Amino acid sequence: MLSVVCSLTAQNTPLLSGGIGFFTATNAGQTTYSPEFEPLLVAPIGPRFLIESRAILLESFAPNGGGRPGYDHSHFVSLTYLQGNYTLSSHIILVGGSYLIPFNTYNDRLSPIWIGNFQQGPLIANLGTEGTGTGTGGMLSGSAVSRSRYSLSYNAYFSGLVNNQYFQAKRSAGSRISLFLPDHGLEIGLSYNRQLEGVRENFYGAHVWWEPVRSGFQLRSEFARGHHAQGYWVETTYRTQAFGGSDSWIGRIEPVFRIQQTFRRDNVISDGLPPVNTQIADFGLDYNLPHNTRILTSYSREFASTGNSNTWQTGIVYRFLSPAWKGK
Amino acid sequence: MITSQRIFLPFVLLASSAALAQMTTRDRPSSAQASKNHPTPHVAQQHEDAGARIFEQNCSRCHNTPDGFSPRISETVLRHMSVRASLSMRDKAELLRFLNP
Repeated sequence: MLSVVCSLTAQNTPLLSGGIGFFTATNAGQTTYSPEFEPLLVAPIGPRFLIESRAILLESFAPNGGGRPGYDHSHFVSLTYLQGNYTLSSHIILVGGSYLIPFNTYNDRLSPIWIGNFQQGPLIANLGTEGTGTGTGGMLSGSAVSRSRYSLSYNAYFSGLVNNQYFQAKRSAGSRISLFLPDHGLEIGLSYNRQLEGVRENFYGAHVWWEPVRSGFQLRSEFARGHHAQGYWVETTYRTQAFGGSDSWIGRIEPVFRIQQTFRRDNVISDGLPPVNTQIADFGLDYNLPHNTRILTSYSREFASTGNSNTWQTGIVYRFLSPAWKGK
Repeated sequence: MITSQRIFLPFVLLASSAALAQMTTRDRPSSAQASKNHPTPHVAQQHEDAGARIFEQNCSRCHNTPDGFSPRISETVLRHMSVRASLSMRDKAELLRFLNP
């Protein structure tokens, strides 16, 4: 009976979602301002097929260099991904098109501006994601096993070489497997990616997420290793439940801390990581306003043999989610 | 060896802080949708509890709960999240009941 009621109220209406944000970053006394728009469109076609796409529109205003007054600006518009999902069975979804490479967790889970706790992604985000973060080809994805005490999910993909401006991708293949233990709030996963063109490089990744049940505490971490560099990041957040729950004005405050380190294994720089060993400590304080709005602030201290630096960042992000058109 | 120690130390510190946080654990009120006090039958309540739990485990781990959205798109949201969060069919069904009480 319930399922009948659900099927009547829930419809396969296309949705329009995404985030609108305004960010600032101050480094060495120079402040950059960046309004950003990330729309997401999801359109089901029939009971098994679904098309989804995300894009990014970014305008950046930065001070003129060389002691000249005023600001210069640049813009960036790109299709982040455009994929079709076909549900083959309860355990297999076939994905085709341009998809986010499922290597570790940052690229396909945490990169939207309305999700990330820091403006800046981790340094190792480029390892195993082929620089662009997207593959163009096919992927099998799904939940292999799901029980009340554990679940096992997987992704396996192949990407071809594409030089099109909007769907750039390298020839590569890879997979990810994740084990989730809900009673402990623990997720452990392993990732593998092999680049099949140019320098045939292997990338290995591991992630651990831990959210003790009903604690308000979250720990997310990743390790990635390429042939020429490796690194990790660990991020913790906490929202207190002690003063009226997480939706009280105090509970909406979210202190965030992230430590990250990268290590060069040789002098070949082909992976987007810093040219020298680098450590960054990020201290953030986010505030979760009602109506899907977040304020992000952070201070980052970077330590490297080429010089230490400070970065201050602020931002506000609004997340929208609605049917793509009006209906009954 | 020194490098591995440098890598390991932050993990130990963070794990300790996490353990401390767990000691101060309090019951988290269920999400806004779950806390709606409907006079539902026992079976429906069980489904709602299961849905709330699955929502917390699979959705809230990555992002905040959106402040309500039209039931017209709940199925579309779940089909999108089936790929993004590798939801099983069972989880998807429970979540659909949870989002459409």
